[in-house]
Amino acid sequence: MIPTDTEHVGARTIRDIRRDFPAFAASGDARPTAYLDSAATAQRPTAVLDAERDYLEHDLAAVHRGASAATGRSTSRFEEARADLARFVGARDDREIVWAQNATDALNMVALGIADASVGIGGADAARFALDAGDEIVLTEAEHHANLLPWQRVAQRTGARLVPVKVDEHGCWSLDDLVSVLTPRTRVVAFAEISNVTGLIVPVADVVAAVRARAPRALVVLDACQSVPHRPVDFAGYGVDFAAFSGHKMLGPNGIGVLYGRAELLDALPPARTGGSTITRVTFDTAEFLPAPQRFEAGTQPVSQAIGLAAAARYLEAMGMDAVAAHEDAFAARVLEGVAAIPGVRIVGPQPGRARAGLVSVAVDGVHAHDVGQFLDDAGLVVRVGHHCAQPLHRALGITATTRASAHVYTTAEEADRFVAALGEVRGFFGLGTGAA
Amino acid sequence: MANLEGLYQEIILDHAKARHGDAPLEGADAEHHEFNPTCGDEITLRVKLDGAHERIDAVAWQGDGCSISMASASVLTDLVAGRPVDEALGLAEEFRTMLRSKGEGVPDEELLGDAIAFHGVSKYVMRIKCAMLSWVALEAAVAKAR
Ligand SMILES: Cc1ncc(COP(=O)(O)O)c(C=O)c1O
Repeated sequence: MIPTDTEHVGARTIRDIRRDFPAFAASGDARPTAYLDSAATAQRPTAVLDAERDYLEHDLAAVHRGASAATGRSTSRFEEARADLARFVGARDDREIVWAQNATDALNMVALGIADASVGIGGADAARFALDAGDEIVLTEAEHHANLLPWQRVAQRTGARLVPVKVDEHGCWSLDDLVSVLTPRTRVVAFAEISNVTGLIVPVADVVAAVRARAPRALVVLDACQSVPHRPVDFAGYGVDFAAFSGHKMLGPNGIGVLYGRAELLDALPPARTGGSTITRVTFDTAEFLPAPQRFEAGTQPVSQAIGLAAAARYLEAMGMDAVAAHEDAFAARVLEGVAAIPGVRIVGPQPGRARAGLVSVAVDGVHAHDVGQFLDDAGLVVRVGHHCAQPLHRALGITATTRASAHVYTTAEEADRFVAALGEVRGFFGLGTGAA
Repeated sequence: MANLEGLYQEIILDHAKARHGDAPLEGADAEHHEFNPTCGDEITLRVKLDGAHERIDAVAWQGDGCSISMASASVLTDLVAGRPVDEALGLAEEFRTMLRSKGEGVPDEELLGDAIAFHGVSKYVMRIKCAMLSWVALEAAVAKAR
């Protein structure tokens, strides 16, 4: 059997994998800083850096414009990158992958397209997206602001209502909670496959089935920001209408992300941004748009970033996403076990024994998350403290901030242990009882 | 002295727990709410001035935040209650100068009193706002009251 645990990803050892990442190779420290903030942004392997550089050195030229051979080569590489991403996330057609700046941008493209359709832009084709006053947009209380604020804007523009799926005392929600708020007036259901705060994993296909049964006019929009980089996903298999994720969290470059959409929907959704390269015929006061993906890709595109992102997808594919997930599950289990034994430290999110992703957020009783973060920083641990762009979730939990440790393919068991050990010292440092016998 | 102990001086940890002035204030002349959106720390600070608006008769605050911001509000309470307004504002300015010092220089202990414990914060750019939160609220509340 292939060992998959905190020391391995599939057949490869973490020690070996870390050599792929210049950020770790460069450190000559006896005790290097533990990077436990990959859920915010991940480190990049040489394969990604080299792919960008190789394109820039050999094939840099405009894409989809002009007739030169150089443009042909550049365009091919750009479109091959799209095909790599389509395969990676289980799209049926390369056209279903639209380049975006990041997940936030991709979610805005969907929301703004819906808002535009609601005032008649896009004509009869786009009428299926139009919302009316009194229509309902269902979101969970756990959403990242990136999957909340764009919907607030849609509600303001259309008179549609935001309907929350409430979270429990651990910040989690269930399929039943969601089903209980669905109505025939539900027109959008948006949620994260994996919460960036709680690590809750949502059974997406089950949610889609429930939505189709009870709210047949609803679009299902998936925030896949924390799932695509860490676990196998299958957008077409899930049956979602749209999905969004960022390159920088999946070992890829900044400035690139993906909007996935079912082709027939993308072909009808009004493009939020208009401009060069998106059109068929333009007169002085009208324009007709190309089919997806070109209709959304206005202006000069981030080509080297797309090529870098494709390299990241291939790098992860070579490791196997099942193996990546298993490695991170082992990290979470190890951290949870350690944290559960520390008095005065509470786990936010699914409790030990329940399915969760490779990130763990905690609240330390009596110590503000910023003080926890400062202490951990001093101990050589890079973690995230704050509201993680999820204020409504923290408000629902009655706390202002949490401390989060998150893993990726390069995270070691020793780093998990260091996090637990340092966390165990926090309350003592701040003069609170450790409860130790 | 290790860095972390330099930041979290004993005085700071004590004030973060004891929290002088953490209360409502009956008959306040003005109040001001300050919020730090990056960390969610917040404070509402209230002042009562004398009839001539020259002295701070009473100051109190209510808030939620990290040990640095809460301890700073507590020390502020000790330092400015009963003080002439101009002196209190001068103290706020001196405190600000110390926090911007990046750990350089020797702050005026005579003037700053316990507030000198926050000198170490000046080396932590991300925490300066925490320490300043209550002092900024004081400046704003006094301006409203006058
Ligand atoms: C769940 C989730 N959604 C959306 C985002 C936004 O990603 P980006 O800032 O790359 O657009 C993040 C990242 O912070 C996230 O974790």
